[in-house]
Amino acid sequence: MNAELQSRQEEIVEEFSFYEDWMEKYEQLIEMGKELDALPDESRMDEHLIRGCQSRVWLLASKDENQSVRFHADSDAIITKGLVALMVRVLDGLPPKDIAESDLWFIEKIGLDKHLSPTRANGLHSMVQQMKRYGVAFQAQ
Amino acid sequence: MISALDTAAIRSQFPILEREVHGQPLVYLDHAASAQKPIAVIEAQREYLSHYHSNVHRGVHALSQQATDAFERARSTVQYHIGAAHLEEIIWVAGATDGINLVSQAWGREHIGAGDVILITRMEHHANIVPWQMLAQEKGAKVEAVDILADGTLDEDDFQKKLKLNPKMVAFMHVSNTLGTINDAQRLTSMAKSAGATVLIDGSQALPHMIVDVAELDCDFYVFSGHKAYGPTGIGVLYGRKSILEAMNPWRGGGEMIDEVSLEKGTTFAGLPHKFEAGTPHISGAVALGVALQWLTGVGLKSVMEHETILSSQARHQLGKIDGLQFIGSAPSTSGVVSFIVDGVHPYDLGTLLDQQGIAVRTGHHCTQPIMDHYDIPGTVRASFGAYNTLQEVDSLVQGVERALKMLR
Repeated sequence: MNAELQSRQEEIVEEFSFYEDWMEKYEQLIEMGKELDALPDESRMDEHLIRGCQSRVWLLASKDENQSVRFHADSDAIITKGLVALMVRVLDGLPPKDIAESDLWFIEKIGLDKHLSPTRANGLHSMVQQMKRYGVAFQAQ
Repeated sequence: MISALDTAAIRSQFPILEREVHGQPLVYLDHAASAQKPIAVIEAQREYLSHYHSNVHRGVHALSQQATDAFERARSTVQYHIGAAHLEEIIWVAGATDGINLVSQAWGREHIGAGDVILITRMEHHANIVPWQMLAQEKGAKVEAVDILADGTLDEDDFQKKLKLNPKMVAFMHVSNTLGTINDAQRLTSMAKSAGATVLIDGSQALPHMIVDVAELDCDFYVFSGHKAYGPTGIGVLYGRKSILEAMNPWRGGGEMIDEVSLEKGTTFAGLPHKFEAGTPHISGAVALGVALQWLTGVGLKSVMEHETILSSQARHQLGKIDGLQFIGSAPSTSGVVSFIVDGVHPYDLGTLLDQQGIAVRTGHHCTQPIMDHYDIPGTVRASFGAYNTLQEVDSLVQGVERALKMLR
């Protein structure tokens, strides 16, 4: 597995290990959400929308000059935006193949897996699927 | 404020209220979605399944007769509970949605034709919109919706105006699941009937919280779900005026609903109520719903309504002090439903942080997207009270909201 991807995941696991309860973890996610730049209105278009049940997530992807995938994302709910920021932090700037094949073990490790189940209302599950699909698509280009 | 109910005694009858959620005592404020079950209801279902389960209406053996007796006794409990004149006016259905679909298909396909108008309201649950849209599409009919005023009251002037379109069917909710508005169902029914319409009332949000009398309402159809009235899921009731039900053809075909079946001569149908109850019914559900209604009567529906009104007014009073908080639905007459939004805060975030504190509320559009369009909002946070909620739980809600907002803003 991509060494960068590994170390980013380890870093996040360490960060979250300081928090004792979920309210503190949510506080951290909210901070991450607030720090992530909002997408300009023109990017918040329906074609970039990932449909969750209640909160909306916009995801844009492109390939830079190094053939790495760059992600830009946003959400109208701040906790979801924090989750989005976390995913972007882990996968942004990696080669398409590594994204397509990524094993995101940190999600379970920090207890986020319950937020990732497809029945949850935040659309995060669809977002991870969509990021991996971009990896597959850019690999083919 | 003194409550009309002994909530401690009531709470002790609900095993689920003893559990914790995320390490916090459960504060369950989602009654508009579903109510929890008292021991009497849980026991009724367990006893049925342990002692006398059998199929109804067709066995000569003892178990079948016991099951049939209990099933039909539950039907008569419903009859008395809602003041229906005849036992056969009570049809078992899967829930309110199923009941409305039965009427839209069995009654609607015979009575609605091209160009006809079906009148609903903008505050309806999707269950009282989509079946009519499907019927209208099939028949070339039109669905018109009565507007609501800014405070969530039904616009009676618009209702009067749209009655002039001579709607064949007028279908509206007794109490709004999103706004809490209590419609003057008797008055609306009388206006609609004077205009020559057949009237269906969706009573899902009324029956668990107030005394409902179909004779007084004088409506043609009344539907409700069992699970919101402290009964099981998968069972509900369609009340229909006998003369109308008699003239209606069945909707679903199968066992139970036939008189004689012949491959040569065709099939003749059973009489009421069985002609609308094809297949083996949800027997344990019906039996337990009967017990749930008896339980509600025992607690006293008048006291339940008074109690829930105290809780919701207190919640409105305390939440109303929070900066940037706005109620969606503040009609003069509201039920125990309190819907709100907060400036700059997504309902999903607020709901997630309340859940983390053990407080179960609903967020989103509550299956009423036309209301969200009307107010131009993505959704609301909705707290809805039941018989066993307390003023302390109102405090927990308010403190929970304040704590969440501190984190979010």
